[in-house]
Amino acid sequence: MLQITSTMAGTILQINISVGDQVERNQEMVILESMKMEIPVESQEAGIVKEIKVSEGDFVNEGDVLIVLE
Amino acid sequence: MMQKILIANRGEIASRIIKTCNKMGIQTIAIYSDADKDLPFVSEATTSYRIGEAPVGKSYMNQKAILDIVKKEKVDAVHPGYGFLSENASFAEIIRKEGTIFIGPNSKTIQMMGDKLLSRKKMLEAGIPVVPGSNEELTTEEEAVAAANSIGYPVILKASGGGGGIGMVRCEDEKTLRKNLETTKKRAKTYFANEKVYVEKYIQYARHIEVQIFGDKLGNIVHLFERDCSIQRRHQKVVEESPSPFLTEGAKEKMLQAAVRAAKAVGYENAGTVEFIVDEEENFYFLEMNTRLQVEHPVTEAITGMDLVEWQILVARGEILPYKQEELESKGHAIEFRLYAEDPVSFLPSPGHIEVLDWGKGDTRVDSGYKEGVVVTPFYDPMIAKCIVHGENRNEAIEKASVFFNQLQIQGIKTNAPLFKHIINDADFKTGKYFTNYLSVKKFN
Repeated sequence: MLQITSTMAGTILQINISVGDQVERNQEMVILESMKMEIPVESQEAGIVKEIKVSEGDFVNEGDVLIVLE
Repeated sequence: MMQKILIANRGEIASRIIKTCNKMGIQTIAIYSDADKDLPFVSEATTSYRIGEAPVGKSYMNQKAILDIVKKEKVDAVHPGYGFLSENASFAEIIRKEGTIFIGPNSKTIQMMGDKLLSRKKMLEAGIPVVPGSNEELTTEEEAVAAANSIGYPVILKASGGGGGIGMVRCEDEKTLRKNLETTKKRAKTYFANEKVYVEKYIQYARHIEVQIFGDKLGNIVHLFERDCSIQRRHQKVVEESPSPFLTEGAKEKMLQAAVRAAKAVGYENAGTVEFIVDEEENFYFLEMNTRLQVEHPVTEAITGMDLVEWQILVARGEILPYKQEELESKGHAIEFRLYAEDPVSFLPSPGHIEVLDWGKGDTRVDSGYKEGVVVTPFYDPMIAKCIVHGENRNEAIEKASVFFNQLQIQGIKTNAPLFKHIINDADFKTGKYFTNYLSVKKFN
């Protein structure tokens, strides 16, 4: 199991995946907005999306778990 | 009379406006979000109101909440600063319908200049050169490809309602253009509630030079010289200076006159900026007009000795421009550095707690919205201060900047200060040889 965490504090602008999706390594899964900049959150490994812990518009802090892969 | 002004903004620009209001004996009403409650502008204003939670939609963009305070405090005028609601024509109209002065041009001008396609048309009519591009909205891939073919690649796909570098995609070829058309339209609709897009020729070796203009209600228009803003990252300005180290006197005079003609063509009132793209042969093309006070206005204040916020208030009160064109003079050389809370190499944001902040000694003007001990939050623009040096000539200004950045101490957040040290020691910057691609070509680290 792999937890994808937020690299910085910000707002979830867009979620590009759904539970059950197969994701590749370096795939852009979530776009975070911080200080008027869009920051893509990529998967470090390939896997299947088990859980999405955030919704679009949510505010997250650095280190918060966004997505769980298996 | 104008005795009380509400400032519909935050941070450094709110502090900047308060300073001039204090000088003129005008009371100030500040609004602040939960995230900004400890920032200096909140205590500097005569009275402050909490406007809402941190996200801009619940605070600085919440027109209804702002209007409620305008009514409650019976303010005489609203100063929108830059960004947020400053170029929102319907907000300006709502304020005016309330019988309150909106410090800026009339809503018709704001609307026309906010629509980039419409403003291109208006400028063409006035005989001002515009960047070669499509003069109509592009709806289908075929229309976009035909327009791009007629001007030649690379092109920039732009949102008509866009600004601030958002909604712009550089397309090298037909494939990239086709790929980006729908997403750019979608994004334009989300960000600007206007899905109109168009293409413009991408000028490879370009300079971004703008002219400060000012108009009063009596139809008088003056320019306050140019600012060279070519050093940018992500289409956002990082360093601005005046005079431009690149323009020859003849070309400069033509641009200044074109800017005045552009302002006259739309019957411009209050502070505005006409932005041009200038190619290597000094051909210049109208890019857009910003209908507000510009972030980099202190550069102009340094070389002219004028207080542009004071001018804005005088003109908004219906007074004549305080000086005639022939009385205005550009003296010495000024450079502004925008200090951002971001990684100096990757340019990624770096919010956090400012543990140490010491600007050092000297006569560098620092317009900052923060102080030691406060938190830079992820909700707003990453700019924490503008540092403006002024010298008798460009070399002296660069020397002052060097001393300033060696003294500057900031701890707790990352900033782009190390980048400025590289820039002011770079031979190309020192000789004024730089284009808008400067930072992406140089790769300082």
